[in-house]
Amino acid sequence: MKIKTLILAAVGGVVGLSGVAVTSPALADGEQFIPMLVYRTGPYAPSGIPVANGFRDYYKLVNARDGGVNGVKLSFEECETEYNTKLGVECYEKLKNKGAHGASLFNPFSTGITYQLIPKAPVDKIPILSMGYGRTAAADGRVFEWVFNFPTTYWSQASGFINYVAQQEGGLDKLKGMKIAHIYHNSAYGKEANPTLEVLAEKYGYDLTLLAVDHPGQEQKATWLQIRRLKPDWIFMSGWGVMNQVAVKEAAGIRYPMDHFVGNWWSGSDADVIPAGKGAIGYKSATFNAAGDGFQVHRDIVKYVYGGDAAEAKKNNLGEVLYNRAIVNAMFTVEAILTAQGKFGNKALGGEQVRWGLENLDLTEARLKELGLEGFTRPVKVSCADHETGGPIIIQQWDGSKWSMVSDWIPTMRDIVRPMIEKAAAAYAKENNITPRDCA
Amino acid sequence: MEILNAFFVAPFVDMGSDYIFFAEVVIAGVLTGVMYSLVALGFVLIFKASGVFNFSQGVMVLFAALTLVGLMEHGAPVWLALIGTVLVMIALAFAVEWVMLRRLVNQEEIVLFMSTIGLSFVLQGLGEMVWGSNVKALDIGIPSEPFEVGGILLNEFDLFAAASGAVLVGVLAVFFHYTRIGRALRAVADDHQAALSVGIPLRTIWIIVWSVAGMVGLVAGIMWGAKSGVQFSLSLIALKALPVLILGGFTSVPGAIVGGLIIGVGEKIAEIYWGPLFGGAIENWFAYVLALVFLLFRPQGLFGEKIIERV
Repeated sequence: MKIKTLILAAVGGVVGLSGVAVTSPALADGEQFIPMLVYRTGPYAPSGIPVANGFRDYYKLVNARDGGVNGVKLSFEECETEYNTKLGVECYEKLKNKGAHGASLFNPFSTGITYQLIPKAPVDKIPILSMGYGRTAAADGRVFEWVFNFPTTYWSQASGFINYVAQQEGGLDKLKGMKIAHIYHNSAYGKEANPTLEVLAEKYGYDLTLLAVDHPGQEQKATWLQIRRLKPDWIFMSGWGVMNQVAVKEAAGIRYPMDHFVGNWWSGSDADVIPAGKGAIGYKSATFNAAGDGFQVHRDIVKYVYGGDAAEAKKNNLGEVLYNRAIVNAMFTVEAILTAQGKFGNKALGGEQVRWGLENLDLTEARLKELGLEGFTRPVKVSCADHETGGPIIIQQWDGSKWSMVSDWIPTMRDIVRPMIEKAAAAYAKENNITPRDCA
Repeated sequence: MEILNAFFVAPFVDMGSDYIFFAEVVIAGVLTGVMYSLVALGFVLIFKASGVFNFSQGVMVLFAALTLVGLMEHGAPVWLALIGTVLVMIALAFAVEWVMLRRLVNQEEIVLFMSTIGLSFVLQGLGEMVWGSNVKALDIGIPSEPFEVGGILLNEFDLFAAASGAVLVGVLAVFFHYTRIGRALRAVADDHQAALSVGIPLRTIWIIVWSVAGMVGLVAGIMWGAKSGVQFSLSLIALKALPVLILGGFTSVPGAIVGGLIIGVGEKIAEIYWGPLFGGAIENWFAYVLALVFLLFRPQGLFGEKIIERV
């Protein structure tokens, strides 16, 4: 009886403790600590796993290939959020003071978690890099000193999509009278593109229909019946997780021309198209990084992280869209640390110093080439006032087995989006009694 | 006046003026409703036999689909993978009875309910550990080409799913009403102790019913998994079954199918004709509102058994 009780207690203890899913390696004083909020389990795990693997592999690569950042080794720790905002905030609290200098920065990889961390960042003096997600208004660095969302935002992306449609149709003047539908995840994230699309609809005269899909998006028949009746010329989608897979399948099911169906950059991963099989051929999505594993950085990862075992690297999602996106995000993180070291010295740095590095990041084409990332993504130059940089987007298309780029880099409409950002940031500043910085 | 028109006139004018589209909406609702019924059936089976609301039914759908697609990925042909999955679900039923149920005989229903919550976490973790968390395409050869009949777009897959659901409901209804085991199941559902006292083997009944619920979960997993790929989200489909159960009654197999049809058609009509007035995406909560309205008039659900307790 006692043995049985002991076993049950042990099992109970293990199960109980597993709720706090933090992997905790020993941290050395001289190491640069980077927390990782990951979601390897839960409904969004198919997206979260390649992202987590991409971050991990890039940090490992920097340590193995370069000996760290100017000799300062990177240490990192995963905390499981299940893409759940509450758990994400708990992970933030657990990890923010780890390491000799605390967390370097946070990459929440969730718009919901980012929204919760934005007010904490200036208090804890830890910057947030929400790369291409989160609160778009945070692009105004005068108000959001601690938040960065380069290389581009949802609003810029929506304007880039309209530019792409105009390119395909023969000019912006051809948009007049066209029917464009936006199918979006019914959440803060999904709604982000709506204001931009509405402003542009007024300016260019296209007819915009907004169709919300509730979480998780497993059942979308009503949405696609409306699409069938509306017969839009183009569809833009802001989806996530299972919503994307079902939408692609439903679009094929009503014989919608897939080359006129464009997802945003969170609706164009490998997992989004595979379940639809041949029906997904022709589906497009916006992106700001290349797909595939043909870059030098991938060869380096296979060599230094996987000891030459390409099959094992592939099993860990090497070259998949979201893996590559995490590579870009991790690279931005490391380059910001490197930039900060240029001012503060080659040592492990704290959040305030890394924030300076983010704000002064100037990633050139030449530097991307040195990193084995030539043609992988675009150069970025951040400034005090501009935490977004309004970078261009590119369109990729699924051919049944892989994603391929099918456009040039498409500029976003800075002249329209930036004033919207400044207006939204000013409203946030007023609501929260923030006095904007002088970036002149 | 404009609001009244938008709510009470315009939607009906729209239905009448484009009646072919309206027919397509109704048919889509019926076909979706059958898919909801497939999930709801698993809940009904276990509730009928043990009075327990099986919180883990959604995860059982996921677990069955994961096992099937996992076996297929390891090279098993479809028929062998199907047999293998059925055997796994039967083994699961034995394990549930041995580890969980037999220790909780005659406990409060809430205790049994809590244990099924625990089971859902165990199954979810086990499924992810064995088969991984990536989205897996599921193709067992069910045709899925769209085609038009009189301007109404139909899909071979939806019709196949509806036919499968109808056959399953028919078989289960006959099983419960006209077989000895079916009668024994109902006796156990009414009173564990009374059933035991007349010689009904409680444990055997539980194994049978959990096995059948597992197989129903497999059918639901195949149909839903083929639409979205097999992934964790499949377990959340249980949320769609709840209003069906509230409406149809927790103890009625025909109730599950009728409830599914009402919810399926109701939510599609509401989303398309009234959804824009609320900003869209109303079908999830509308299904619950619809079920609650029915509850006002029939608290036991459309086909549920009326509970009369005398003091």
